[in-house]
Amino acid sequence: MRGSGPESDIVISSRIRLARNLAEFPFIRRCTPQDRKSIEKMVHDRLQAIPGFNTLYYLRVDELPHVDRQFLTERQLISREHAEAEGARSVAIDNDERLSVMINEEDHLRIQVMKSGLDLHSAWQQINEVDDQLESKLSYAFHERLGYLTACPTNVGTGMRVSVMLHLPALVITNQIEKVFRSLQKINLAVRGLYGEGSQAMGDFYQISNQITLGKSEEELIGQVSGVVPMIIEYERKARDFLITQNREDLHDKISRAYGILCTAQTISSEETMHLLSSVRMGVNLGLIDDLAISDINKLFVETQPAHLQKLRGNELDTAGRNIERALYLRRYLQDRGKEHRDERN
Amino acid sequence: MKCQQCEKPATFHITELTGEKPHELHLCEQCAQSYLTQNPSGGMPIQPSLAGMLHHQLKVADTAKELAKLDEQVCPICGISFYEFRNQGRLGCPHDYTCFGSELDPLIVNIHGDTQHSGKHPKHHHQSSQDQTRLIQLHNDMKAAIEKEDYERASQIRDEIRKIEEGES
Ligand SMILES: [Zn+2]
Ligand SMILES: [Zn+2]
Repeated sequence: MRGSGPESDIVISSRIRLARNLAEFPFIRRCTPQDRKSIEKMVHDRLQAIPGFNTLYYLRVDELPHVDRQFLTERQLISREHAEAEGARSVAIDNDERLSVMINEEDHLRIQVMKSGLDLHSAWQQINEVDDQLESKLSYAFHERLGYLTACPTNVGTGMRVSVMLHLPALVITNQIEKVFRSLQKINLAVRGLYGEGSQAMGDFYQISNQITLGKSEEELIGQVSGVVPMIIEYERKARDFLITQNREDLHDKISRAYGILCTAQTISSEETMHLLSSVRMGVNLGLIDDLAISDINKLFVETQPAHLQKLRGNELDTAGRNIERALYLRRYLQDRGKEHRDERN
Repeated sequence: MKCQQCEKPATFHITELTGEKPHELHLCEQCAQSYLTQNPSGGMPIQPSLAGMLHHQLKVADTAKELAKLDEQVCPICGISFYEFRNQGRLGCPHDYTCFGSELDPLIVNIHGDTQHSGKHPKHHHQSSQDQTRLIQLHNDMKAAIEKEDYERASQIRDEIRKIEEGES
């Protein structure tokens, strides 16, 4: 993610996904290999016939080497299931990697639009248009009462999952995060967090998404998620203000040390990297680190993942090899970036 | 601590907060990557609760004998049994929503609190559920005809499919 877009100091990305199935085929689980091939070909052909869609990158996921499938997963363009499933399946991706259409995932079609920062409304506009265009060429499985029919009843109705990824380090440090979760669960939103050793939050990233897909319109579901996000942003900002006024030296020390390790480590796990990058990210937001931009940090989160490192290196690496490669990549990147910033100032 | 998915040591400790109370997972780096990069709808956290809900619902509603009978129920279009659905948490075809309707509707209310879609509708090719079921059937028939090299029958079926798809039936 580019680190741009509204509220991008705290909101990493906004994502909307639609699950769709073709009316004339069984769901994926009951498809024969031949069915999967027919669906794959049919969707591909019809995608090509839509103006503006013939420029999409079209990848046959089942024909890609493992590291390339993992690479697409790390960039959130395909799901893990899609990377590892069996049989004919593919993905169409647009130029700027915001739109991706998975073919033969759990449903025949999984359309996804991702935006940097808090931008659900433009994500909805785009995905709604894409859905309309696809639907002008394909007949979707649709039920008068239940809406869009999906392989799993948890997605039936709109088939829509709206999610926002947030970076909430100050709420974690000040122990207020649990309270926020409880209130979100009460209004039927799912929160997914990532924790490190013990109960120490790792990376401090949290994803909020709708759990219900039936009975409410797409706009209502989006409204529900986008309505709570500004409140969480405000809590996080207040917590950051509190930390910086009450405890500036400790906070500055913690952030500087994190930066120092990233600049000098010789071998580093992805867990530690995420944890340290999270601190540095907050440091950049608070103006305590001034030779890096948020977009740099977001880029490092993506590019220090295993398949990215292996693609960069050009060969397979085991965990130990990746940890060395990761440290090398971080050192080089941060040195270059720091130098550019110093040059800009002089 | 070992990874819950494989034999490697667990280095990632994830707390899921989707359910009633926090649910902890202990995974190695690789399994954690795969877990975290799956779509938010993706299997793991939802599937157990789906199975759990169904289990609970069936326990309340049916005796063991009735349950066994229910499990044997098979969709005439895709051939999935209710037992298979219960186990895998995934349906076999759109018609399942109709043929397993009396069991699925309470489950759907449990999940969504509603059974009436109020979002967008397809603007073009919109067939009734019946026509859609018929389409899957015709596709199966066509496959059979092609296998038997009965191309005349196959092309008749193709015309029929086209008619339904274009809304002329
Ligand atoms: Zn594992
Ligand atoms: Zn069926």
